[in-house]
Amino acid sequence: MKRLILAVLAALLLSLPIPSAAVQPDEVLADPALEERARDLSKGLRCLVCRNESIDDSNADLARDLRLLVRERLVAGDSNDEVIEFVVDRYGEFVLLKPTTTGANWLLWAAGPLMLLLGGTMGLVYLRGRSRAPSKAEADLTQEEQDRLKRILDD
Amino acid sequence: MITELGHFALVLAFMVAIVQTVVPLIGAHKRWPGWMALAEPAAGLQFFLTAFAFATLTWAFVNSDFSLRIVTSNSHSLKPMLYKISGVWGNHEGSMLLWVLIVTLFGAMAAWFGSALPPTLRARVLSVQSAIAVAFFAFVLFTSNPFDRLATPPFDGQGLNPLLQDPGLAFHPPFLYLGYVGLSMAFSFAVAALIEGRVDAAWGRWVRPWTLAAWIFLTIGIALGSWWAYYELGWGGFWFWDPVENASFMPWLLAAALLHSSIVVEKREALKSWTILLAILAFGFSLIGTFIVRSGLLTSVHAFANDPERGVFILIILAVFTGGALTLFAARANTMEARGVFSMVSRESALLANNILLAVAAFVVFFGTMWPILAEMFFDRKLSVGAPYFNAAFTPFMVVLGAILPIGAMLPWKRGKLGKVIWSLRYALGLAVALAALVWAMQTEKTALGPIGLLLGSWVVFGAIFDLWSRTGRSGNRFGRMLRLPRADWGKALAHSGLGITMFAISGLMAWELEDIGVVQIGETWEVGSFSLTLDKVEQVEGPNYLSTMGWVTLARNGSEQAVLNPEKRQYPVSRMPTTEAAIDYRFLRDVYVVIGDSQADGGYAMRTYVKPFANWIWGGCIIMALGGVFSLSDRRFRVAAGARKTAQNGVPAE
Repeated sequence: MKRLILAVLAALLLSLPIPSAAVQPDEVLADPALEERARDLSKGLRCLVCRNESIDDSNADLARDLRLLVRERLVAGDSNDEVIEFVVDRYGEFVLLKPTTTGANWLLWAAGPLMLLLGGTMGLVYLRGRSRAPSKAEADLTQEEQDRLKRILDD
Repeated sequence: MITELGHFALVLAFMVAIVQTVVPLIGAHKRWPGWMALAEPAAGLQFFLTAFAFATLTWAFVNSDFSLRIVTSNSHSLKPMLYKISGVWGNHEGSMLLWVLIVTLFGAMAAWFGSALPPTLRARVLSVQSAIAVAFFAFVLFTSNPFDRLATPPFDGQGLNPLLQDPGLAFHPPFLYLGYVGLSMAFSFAVAALIEGRVDAAWGRWVRPWTLAAWIFLTIGIALGSWWAYYELGWGGFWFWDPVENASFMPWLLAAALLHSSIVVEKREALKSWTILLAILAFGFSLIGTFIVRSGLLTSVHAFANDPERGVFILIILAVFTGGALTLFAARANTMEARGVFSMVSRESALLANNILLAVAAFVVFFGTMWPILAEMFFDRKLSVGAPYFNAAFTPFMVVLGAILPIGAMLPWKRGKLGKVIWSLRYALGLAVALAALVWAMQTEKTALGPIGLLLGSWVVFGAIFDLWSRTGRSGNRFGRMLRLPRADWGKALAHSGLGITMFAISGLMAWELEDIGVVQIGETWEVGSFSLTLDKVEQVEGPNYLSTMGWVTLARNGSEQAVLNPEKRQYPVSRMPTTEAAIDYRFLRDVYVVIGDSQADGGYAMRTYVKPFANWIWGGCIIMALGGVFSLSDRRFRVAAGARKTAQNGVPAE
């Protein structure tokens, strides 16, 4: 029975399109240098219908179209930047997995360094305070608490 | 009938949780012992009721009770037993039930092992923990009830997403949830301490085991997810900087920071308010993670159940808990006075640097994840932030962290001399540099990434070894003494070494990976690096609930056969989804990874072959990190601190 169900379903499935895997052998360019550039560029371009996948990783038809487009431009003699510009003109900056630094995007790129500067400064101020603070006895613990603490720490 | 009992138990647990939130809190305020003592039995009862509800749901999945809506939509009678069980949490409703089960589990553990805590603190911790449970019980019961029935049950179910039918992924969610939810203990301790108005060394010691346990589970959970992606998704990627991965990574980074800062609280009574803030933020980020996954705000492969209404509910939980805790923090932060005095160069300052780096790194991940939404809301720009951004913006922090780690780990408390520590690490540094130089000379392609990763990783590992060695005195049986060092010392060395190994493995894999894509005829041989592969045959094979196109590939090196690999392309008839099952020859130094693609018009098959050096080391490093955590956790100082009563240590050699 199980075999029969599988056989019937398999017959049904043959009529369905099977998604292809990413980069197909027929897409690969003959010139290895060009192909390597194409792969590098593909890794930075987003498959627009996918969830957070680059066209290099994606199985979608649209990703294949974009991969072919990138290779077409490279074969036509475009530089890497020209290819990217060409794709962005068509699909918008949503296609870039590595955002530009233009406009408000400077905030994105500067966020880490700025935060590090802020955190580092606060840390230094704190350290200065600590290194100059008078040593404070553990006087405001009650006797019972001090014994307890000692017991725990000695253990 | 049984599932109705489960549903009823869940409602009862919700009621118990409400009582446990209110009564002990009032009791602690008024110093009424009876009211405070209620928390302990209530926490146990809450856990057992929720566990019963979870067991009934599991029973429904195991017996394929298709009258339950989520069983129908996520299971199938032909599915293997393991995936019938993992199907319980392979869907939104079930996974939220698992979430709340773990909240009550941690509450019960705190009740059972917390007998050494002061009664007011204990009552408050259990009350806060129960408040978290109340919120999630309400979420489960009102928006995502797993016990919904169907009026007309179908003959069979719709199956589980085939990508999720995998042993690695079956256990990924439980571990991740144990980690996420484990951080709720740190949160509860932080809020209870704020209500009490005091944070001292003992508090640091109580909160650390819970944070450590959560961190261990998070480490394992993230590693499992990453390993699954490596072998299942078909091209051997192990980390994609996907919003949902980031959602689990941010709490991990903050938990790591919290672990280190609570050491300073415990040993030196400093960094108190920062530690409290971290505890609140770490759990806050767990909630943000849940929100990101459940709301579908950021589209991702993980959002298998996204629903705006549920997202809003979790957003409210997030706002109430983190907002409330932060308000309390602002009101009480001034009561936490630091005591310890230390100089600019000291263990304390090194741990502070660790905290700044980890927290800023977590912030970078957070900002990058949220930026597409912010940019669209405020600047009207639709853009993407993907892996290239995170690689560029996040990695530098980890490089600096690795560079200063061995030095910071050896600096003495209170006051240290930088030169002295670096001098004592000269052999570790020399070895690391020599190793990196050797590899630089040996590699055929001159990439800097591999040698630099090796330099950093081996510096961290050798540094950890020299740190242990330096604790064994100057003469006599140093090896014997090294073995008898406290487990916490071994834990520290192991965890740091694991980090070093993972750092090296990631850069090594990225630098020296080989890839080949081509059409292969049956019987044909092709070369990748020093390996030659032959496609012997391709057959159609029938699995329990799928059909497979399976290839037989012989892997050889220098004429000697090393393995026969069976890459597969599977079709799951029930869900009509294809998956690729890569065939991987795992070896210590490299993996050979073969994927079979479509059959071509001329009779051949599209084959992809990858040689992935040091791939196993990435997860090996994670396991060593987690093992280090386990060693620390088993140190007897912690067992005492966790509240276990003093017992005679039979059979343990004197230290």
